[in-house]
Amino acid sequence: MRGALVTVGLSLATLPFGFGGGLVLALLRLSRWNWVRRACGVYVWFFRGIPDLLSLFLVYFGLQAVLNWAGQVLGLGWRPEMDAFSAGVVALSVVVAAYSSEVWLSAWAAVPAGQREAGRSLGLRPGVVFRQVVLPQMVRVALPGLGNVWMVLIKDTSLISTLAVMDLLRAASEASRATSRPMLFYFAAGAVYLVFALASGVGQSALERRAGRGLAGI
Amino acid sequence: MMDWAFIEVWGWRLVSGLGITIKVVVISCALGFVLAYPIARARMSRRLWLSGPAAGYVACFRGTPLLCQLYLIYYGAGEIRPLLSDLGVWWFFRDSLYCCLLAFTLNTAAYQSEIVRGAVMSVPRGQVEAGRALGLSGYRLLRHVIGPQALLIALRPFGNELVTVTKSSALTAIVTLLDLMGQTRYIFARTFDFSIYMYAAVIYLALTEVMGWGWGMLERRLGRHLRR
Repeated sequence: MRGALVTVGLSLATLPFGFGGGLVLALLRLSRWNWVRRACGVYVWFFRGIPDLLSLFLVYFGLQAVLNWAGQVLGLGWRPEMDAFSAGVVALSVVVAAYSSEVWLSAWAAVPAGQREAGRSLGLRPGVVFRQVVLPQMVRVALPGLGNVWMVLIKDTSLISTLAVMDLLRAASEASRATSRPMLFYFAAGAVYLVFALASGVGQSALERRAGRGLAGI
Repeated sequence: MMDWAFIEVWGWRLVSGLGITIKVVVISCALGFVLAYPIARARMSRRLWLSGPAAGYVACFRGTPLLCQLYLIYYGAGEIRPLLSDLGVWWFFRDSLYCCLLAFTLNTAAYQSEIVRGAVMSVPRGQVEAGRALGLSGYRLLRHVIGPQALLIALRPFGNELVTVTKSSALTAIVTLLDLMGQTRYIFARTFDFSIYMYAAVIYLALTEVMGWGWGMLERRLGRHLRR
């Protein structure tokens, strides 16, 4: 059952990149420059419009190709290699960033413009306004949506098993091939995923309570 | 820039793959829709022996990866083959298309039942009470009062679910079904031409885009009386 740890590891490693990347994407989509907005919009539209499995394949194989190419261009004597785990994290992050940017975008819209204006009129710099005033309010609004994306992420890690990572589902596959008891092992894998989902549900409501503590009684 | 010789050789494979993808999506979504209402109804029931199993079903299918469910049905069926043969249903589980249809139907039924539940619960209570006061029977209440209002609310999430199923139908490629993704992988294995994945991406994009567009039209048409 070491595969379970890999699944958790994959999800947790993807979390900061995916959600962080999504936040950056969302902010870029609010950019002053038309072409930046346009480019990020196309990125999100593309990765939300094609199957996650296909995105993973594209990023996974594309990444290898880019690395090979970079190795040649830089004239390195060796070909930069990337282990399947990190490639999986990159691929998942790309997909999760696209999904979560939508959540961040709607969270941004939910924070009234007056909050920003008030911050600016207090003489705070734009960066400070964003970090101290807007972001904390965005997080509260975004949490349920991000929770959904997190659930999708946990389930998407199972797709990585079709690449070369020994995650929970692949471990179950190998075990069932070795023992020819597929029912047992796939049921067990499903149960572990279910436990993750339930645990995240509990964690999520705790986070939501904490994020909403300033609003108690409303 | 398009390589016509390449398309001529491999194009028909992509088209036949697209056909299988659409087949899987349409059949499983339709069957899932039929199953969704009874499940949602059981889930909302006051009787624990009805609502308990329904809630468990929904949690199990929504909490585990679809790929895991697919493996369980496809490979798991092989383990209990003698039993299935005795029941005379082995022909069903032997075919990867049927296995995929079963897994997708059960999966989307769980998601769609949640949509139905949300929609039915969002119909104002007064509507139901008014219907009862008019002496409508349970069926008529559903058919003329709750149904039309709930379906309109559920339309958008149903559209999303349709797109989600389309995207997850790529998983069928892993259990050897030659859908769009499966054909793409086959061609890639033969030619090592990476651009085939881009072609597949474009086809999927077109597919989801057309669905979103068609669904938008449907929504505008059915919701025309609500437009200001």
